[in-house]
Amino acid sequence: MAAQPLITVRNLVKRYGRKPVLRGLELAVNPGQIVALLGPNGAGKTTLMRVISGLAKPDRGEILLGGATFQQAGHELRRYIGLVGHAPLLYDNLNGLENLHFFAAMYDIRTPDARIEWCLRTVGLWTRRRDPVRSYSRGMAQRLAIARAILHNPPVLLLDEPDTGLDQAGADLLHDLIHTLGASNRAILFSTHNLERALAWSDSICILQNGKIAYSAPAAALDLDQLHAAYAELHRE
Amino acid sequence: MSTTSLRRARSAGTSGLGHIGLLVLNIGAVIGMAGLMWASLLYALPASNLAGDEQTAQRIFYIHMGCNFGALAGFLVSLVGSVIYLVKRDLDWDRAAQAAIEVGTLFGIGTILTGIFWAKPTWNTYWTWDPRLTTSTITVLIYIAYLLFRNGIDTRQTRARFGSIYALFAFASVPLTYYSARWFRSIHPVVFGSDNPDAEGGFNIGVTMTHTLWIAVIAFSLLFSMLMLQRWRQLRLEDRIFELREEIE
Amino acid sequence: MSMSVATESHRVESHRAESHRAVPVQMYTQPGHAGYWRKVWAIAAKDLRAEVRAKEVLGTMIAFGLLAVVVFGLAFDLRVPQGAMVAPGVLWGVILFAGVLGLHRSFGAEMDRHTLPALLLAPVDRSAIYFGKFLAQFVFLAAAVVVIAPAVVVIFNVNVLQGWIPVGLLLGLIGYTGVGTLFGALTAGIRARESMLPILLMPVMAPVFMAGIGLTANVLDGRTFVDFRHWLLLLGIYDVVFLTIAYLVFDMIWEDS
Repeated sequence: MAAQPLITVRNLVKRYGRKPVLRGLELAVNPGQIVALLGPNGAGKTTLMRVISGLAKPDRGEILLGGATFQQAGHELRRYIGLVGHAPLLYDNLNGLENLHFFAAMYDIRTPDARIEWCLRTVGLWTRRRDPVRSYSRGMAQRLAIARAILHNPPVLLLDEPDTGLDQAGADLLHDLIHTLGASNRAILFSTHNLERALAWSDSICILQNGKIAYSAPAAALDLDQLHAAYAELHRE
Repeated sequence: MSTTSLRRARSAGTSGLGHIGLLVLNIGAVIGMAGLMWASLLYALPASNLAGDEQTAQRIFYIHMGCNFGALAGFLVSLVGSVIYLVKRDLDWDRAAQAAIEVGTLFGIGTILTGIFWAKPTWNTYWTWDPRLTTSTITVLIYIAYLLFRNGIDTRQTRARFGSIYALFAFASVPLTYYSARWFRSIHPVVFGSDNPDAEGGFNIGVTMTHTLWIAVIAFSLLFSMLMLQRWRQLRLEDRIFELREEIE
Repeated sequence: MSMSVATESHRVESHRAESHRAVPVQMYTQPGHAGYWRKVWAIAAKDLRAEVRAKEVLGTMIAFGLLAVVVFGLAFDLRVPQGAMVAPGVLWGVILFAGVLGLHRSFGAEMDRHTLPALLLAPVDRSAIYFGKFLAQFVFLAAAVVVIAPAVVVIFNVNVLQGWIPVGLLLGLIGYTGVGTLFGALTAGIRARESMLPILLMPVMAPVFMAGIGLTANVLDGRTFVDFRHWLLLLGIYDVVFLTIAYLVFDMIWEDS
């Protein structure tokens, strides 16, 4: 089967006010591909994730998820996206279980109990499921955010610095999860500031500069020194 | 600054022909208002059934009516501008809506103030919860809220979108406000049409008064168009300056 | 992998990750209207549950409402011989001002806690978010009125819960929370949200306010249904007109957040 990209970004331009953040960005992520997105703060990583997920509107260019745009498919297209953002997107007055039950309802999950239990066990929060999210540590909230993002089993995963706040065990867990999901034909796009992790976790590396992908290479062809050199080359300051 | 930017900056204002048009409109509005002053104070004969202070005060009617006309025009234009903006997303329509509301609010305040001056000698009170008075006051408050609200929104597109949405609600509430106020109580004179037995301050309209009314309508139309177009142009230039400044940064 | 996103199929294949013994996801294949209202209810229930836990809104609304009734009671005590003369105005005025305290939290809380994208990412028409929030706000304000109205009865010694008044209150609250929820969404992201919301909301509420007072006063005066039915009609028209506009425009609010 000729792999049609799950995420296709064509000539994406996004401005805030008159200031362009993304200027003609092109990107394609195939099923089973794990792409690491690198770039300094303000390079547009978050903006790119927001535009792909449909939270922000592109000023020019096209986003296709599995071959469809938001204009064609409408809100149903959002079902195919799992997003982990800077904010955990959780209700801190509710406990872990209630949060996931709420999102299960929002994604039309029919018999959510078993799925929710699996998600909570996967991220290691099953024992804390009845504690309010308010009482969670930063890392635990991040784990629950990951559980929320994979709850409806989306084929497209957008992870915006998903490793922030995670301890080593949490990061290992996330690594495992990304690999398992990638192996089952998901398209995964994650951003990070940790070059080592980018290299270890992904199939290909993209570096953002000036609102475009200025550098991209398969992760297997790189070692850490080369990646450091490539990154430093683009972002000298 | 590049020459294209300069050219666009100039076109954001008005072209040569447009300048002349605006100038003619300015002069027309001044002449119209001067003519209205003459007609309302000297030409129009006093209302036959009024006397004393009431008779003198009645002459404010032409200004009162004209302001009301301008306010109504402004709010109608703002509705049109807002709806077209929401459909087309062209900021020029949003600027038209804002200009119309600013000018309309000004005329609305004029209507209320002239109404207050007229009410004292006629109804022996500055204020009453008469339906038209209530409606115009609440309408003016709504549009003042619109202007305050826009001010608080930083992103240009969001400001336009939220402003337009609020303008829809604002406009839709006016007729409902009017009917509720009408059912609440009423003593306003019904000048045209059916006679309202409860109305106080009504007066008979003579030929000179009809002429003056027409002059008022024309003069205020000119004044409204002039203010609205000038303000529209000014807002267009303001946005353009903002864009250019951001381009430089 | 089959991912026919653009088709009508709403099923996401379960990509079983054997090593994780993943539990497959079963989704309603055609969420349709039932799915829409299920989500409306999920959002409302989520807000109600959070309120039961945190008690952020209802407590302040009731406390403010009672305080306002007492303040007006004292204010009119010396100059107004009969409570019935001012009770309708006090009842509706206090409800309007107390309601703002809840309405600005509706989307404001989502904004403050950065949870709004969680709602916006859900595969449902944005109007479901509006109706869910509206439902929760309606319940909050109705619960507050259940306390405020009896307080008016006690302080002003007049039964403001007789006859058709509760029906008027119901219609009035629908219109008020309907418009208020939408304005709450408009003001959620701006500076000085708490003061901006009432400035936007109060003048648009004038018809509800006047109709409510007109109806209450007529019922208290012992008029017959024919004398005040137009007020109920006006409240009904208000609800239909403004909920329709809200439904139509809500989708535009967060099209580019």
